[in-house]
Amino acid sequence: MEYKDYYKIMGVEKTATQDEIKRAYRKLARKYHPDVSKEPDAEQKFKEVGEAYEVLKDPQKRAAYDRIGSQWREGQPFTPPPDWDVGFEFSGGGFTGGDTSGFSDFFETLFGRGAPFGASRQTYSRNFSAQGQDHRAKILIDLEDAYHGASRLISLQIPEIDDAGRIINKTRTLNVKIPKGVKAGQQIRLTGQGGPGIGKGRQGDLYLEVAFRKHRYFHAEGLDIYLELPVTPWEAALGAIVAVPTLGGSVELKIPPGSQTGHKLRLKGRGLPGNPPGDQFAVLKVVVPPAKSDADKAIYEQMARAMPLNPRVGMGV
Amino acid sequence: MSNEVIISSVIVLDDNTRFTLLELCRLGQTSAEWVIELVEEGVLEPEGSGIGDWRFGADALKRLQAVQRLQRDLRINLPGAALVLELLEEIEMLRQRYES
Repeated sequence: MEYKDYYKIMGVEKTATQDEIKRAYRKLARKYHPDVSKEPDAEQKFKEVGEAYEVLKDPQKRAAYDRIGSQWREGQPFTPPPDWDVGFEFSGGGFTGGDTSGFSDFFETLFGRGAPFGASRQTYSRNFSAQGQDHRAKILIDLEDAYHGASRLISLQIPEIDDAGRIINKTRTLNVKIPKGVKAGQQIRLTGQGGPGIGKGRQGDLYLEVAFRKHRYFHAEGLDIYLELPVTPWEAALGAIVAVPTLGGSVELKIPPGSQTGHKLRLKGRGLPGNPPGDQFAVLKVVVPPAKSDADKAIYEQMARAMPLNPRVGMGV
Repeated sequence: MSNEVIISSVIVLDDNTRFTLLELCRLGQTSAEWVIELVEEGVLEPEGSGIGDWRFGADALKRLQAVQRLQRDLRINLPGAALVLELLEEIEMLRQRYES
């Protein structure tokens, strides 16, 4: 188990007032909220900050935490000294109010696991029932998987209630079939794979939100697939038939004469599957051959003479 | 692996998904009153004229859940959460355009 420096996580001094701690927490909560933040580890940071605040906002817990001593450093191996919590109200653990699933072992050892729904577990009567919490996770898939459909193994930390009524985190591996035609931002619902229900309450659901892994040359907008397609000046000027990759394999694309960089050519129905399926758009990019030899240069010079062009007409220069 | 669970049936909440008010409340673990508030705030825009024949798309569930999280974690009120959602969606759109 590693020591957690809650003051460092919150970015406050050990002497900070309760108000300062509250302000620091609110700021960090906004910064790292998983719905708002684009930082890759936002979820982890948000939980860490929540854990630190759970301790520091409560004068009793904060005093006990302070008593452990200041000689510890973040991440150091840690064992709590004997009798460290004597004289504090929460001794024995298990009295944490908030939803502590996802808190660290360090927190659990010191302050125990909380009960779900923010209530202390002693308050549940035998007849109390409630549906389990819904959980959500992001799932990163390749565009090819969205096109063909795929199976993915997903490891999740799932809090479960053990025989003694405590919440423990278990790692569960789910083998999820990704149906073809999923879109970025769409949710996949796995019924009954969320948090445990209480009493006769049913299990919560698990929602997987789909995001696409960055592809080497494709990107998706809804069901449409975009591709930047490099072409030579003569292919663009004279027209050509070229091979183009699509998610379903290579196809022939006719480039009309007189094409330019930025022209968008549509391959109908070659996007992600759907009803109707998306299209693929090839956005042309004319690649200019380098003039390496004297002969190359002569050709460019000849072009300049034979077909003079001012592409900056209208720019006032 | 012994604790592996095979999930063969998943429900994709796609463009064809429609929920009634009751279904949305059940999935979102919330009350009809609150969903009606979300509609009045313009966060959710169901099809149908009266509450009885409201039909919500898959997006409604996602937005509802996001508002729940924002309200719970950041203590944002409803108009504030609605604004955050709109701004987030705009950022997401701009990001997609920028990255392409």
